[in-house]
Amino acid sequence: MGMGHVILRVTIKVLFAPIVLFALYVQFHGDYGPGGGFQAGVIMAVAFVLHALGFGLQATKKAIPPRILTAGMALGVLIYAGTGVLTLLLGANFLDYDVIDPDSHHNAGQHIGILVVEFGVGLAVASTMLQIFYVFAGREAEPSDDAW
Amino acid sequence: MSLLDHLPVLPVVVPLVAAPVCVLLPKGRAPWLFSTLITWICFALSAALLGVVLQEGTLTYYLGGWAAPLGIVYRIDLAGAIVMALVSGMAALVFPYARSSVEYEIGNAQSSAFYGAFLICMTGLLGVVATGDAFNVFVFLEISSLSTYALVAMGAKQDRRALTAAFTYLVLGTIGATFFVIGLGLLYQMTGTLNMLDLHERLAGQDNKVVRAAFAFIVTGLGLKLAMFPLHRWLPDAYTFAPSAVTAFLASTATKVAVYAMLRFMFTVFGFSTPFTEVAFAFFLILGLAGMFFASFVAVFRDDVKQMLAFSSVAQIGYMLLGISFATEAGVAAALTHVFNHALMKAALFMAVGAVFYAVGSHRLADYRGMGRRMPFTAACFLIAGLSLVGVPLTAGFVSKFVLIRAAFDATLVVPSLLIVLLIVASSLLAVAYIGRVAYEMFLADPEPDVPPLRVPMTMLVPMGLVTAANVYVGLDGEAVVSVATRAAESLLALSFGGGAF
Repeated sequence: MGMGHVILRVTIKVLFAPIVLFALYVQFHGDYGPGGGFQAGVIMAVAFVLHALGFGLQATKKAIPPRILTAGMALGVLIYAGTGVLTLLLGANFLDYDVIDPDSHHNAGQHIGILVVEFGVGLAVASTMLQIFYVFAGREAEPSDDAW
Repeated sequence: MSLLDHLPVLPVVVPLVAAPVCVLLPKGRAPWLFSTLITWICFALSAALLGVVLQEGTLTYYLGGWAAPLGIVYRIDLAGAIVMALVSGMAALVFPYARSSVEYEIGNAQSSAFYGAFLICMTGLLGVVATGDAFNVFVFLEISSLSTYALVAMGAKQDRRALTAAFTYLVLGTIGATFFVIGLGLLYQMTGTLNMLDLHERLAGQDNKVVRAAFAFIVTGLGLKLAMFPLHRWLPDAYTFAPSAVTAFLASTATKVAVYAMLRFMFTVFGFSTPFTEVAFAFFLILGLAGMFFASFVAVFRDDVKQMLAFSSVAQIGYMLLGISFATEAGVAAALTHVFNHALMKAALFMAVGAVFYAVGSHRLADYRGMGRRMPFTAACFLIAGLSLVGVPLTAGFVSKFVLIRAAFDATLVVPSLLIVLLIVASSLLAVAYIGRVAYEMFLADPEPDVPPLRVPMTMLVPMGLVTAANVYVGLDGEAVVSVATRAAESLLALSFGGGAF
């Protein structure tokens, strides 16, 4: 790697951590303010898209292989639906978070439940966004079967 | 609370949880085995649900414990329970069939993603039916549609035209969904609620431009989704180029669920007090009749059997719209009966086409020559299901046409009933023409001498045989289907005259 694009690359390195931090802020502050899993997932993916733009797709794929992203997508949905199944098994309706912490006076169950669900959403959205970017940026005439 | 209390939500939740698990499974046969088991569990749950609804009446389930109309409600009445049982039943038959068919047509390299998408599609279709929340219908409709686009595109391994077919479907399906959601937005603006029953109460007596626009948007959007003539352009290509198993599943469920959503919105949400419904029924009548003839006529001249059947699907949707347009209990019951019976016919027909494709790698009519001798079982299934499509007595198709014709005589319509009946019979003759062409090639045309018989795995033959047997069974004893459909239509229409609490 020569000195090409040095300003861009340094800028991206500086920006990368704050973007990820902001994504986490939007993710976990989503219960109190605007935000939530979807927005956070997109912001998180953007950090890696930026990395790929500056350092090349291969470098990003080395950091986060596509195989992990597939697992991330599936796990995200599983965390979401799994929370619902958990409440179901605990004896309440599907996605009735109150049962997670039934003794709480200020509905802590609702709080924990939505936090976990939104984390699942964030994970699924971030993985999917990045996977879509990988497939588009890969620019092979035919996406290989291993792309999944 | 036992698990039985969660019965309304379980058929939707089980495939939803199973789909990501399926994606995580290693490639090969494992995803197929897993997803097939899931569809069987789902079918058992839906059948149990139908049993409970038949005995105890409409079930209501509050998601997250939030009461209606604020929370999302799953409300399953008889009409919904029938369609849910139909969708999961078809999945339980198509998934075993898919093993060999999919292995042959697209290989197993992406099997985990393929079966994951298949399960998601099923989740969406079941969700549309289960929910009693108008916006939730949109969400599930999109869940099923998006996975369908991917499934149709998988046909590209055999024919590259699957990609353009999937893209056309994507564009038109998205336009349909957009129209639908615009309509919902307008309704929400007028009423401040998305719960179907609450919407119905608040819409009663309202007549203004916003409600009329919302009505038009929703009917057009759903019309696109259910391939109402002339909004059917996406359907023939999508069904022709999708993998055989996908076509068999979609043809027997996807448009049926859209028809169900149309019934829901026409009768549960809007009801007869909405001033525009008369116009819509008149349009359904005219477009249904036009679709029956136009699409059947096109089907007669197709040389690709799969495409022929795809056009026939557009024509058959005409019969369902016709039933809805009567706006009587008998008419809606006829539409529901045909939804059920047409699913049986088209599943059997497309499974037979897939079996032939598995054996000879083509769906051109010319390649069907002598199939009566080379693949006797498949050819027999095709013939029986084809006769059912025509409406020959002792098949399911006869029951639907009989009920539809009886409903037409009882309805008071702008067009004379006798004319409609004549048109129904005439369009059946067109079905004779195109099914006859295939039957002629299979059984009567001189086969090339000394062609060996062709073998197809049992996993494909057994589901195909079961669906074909179901066609005959419903034809012999249609009373059960018709009486349940009539009860379902009664409960749908009772609501549309007003009242009803969530």
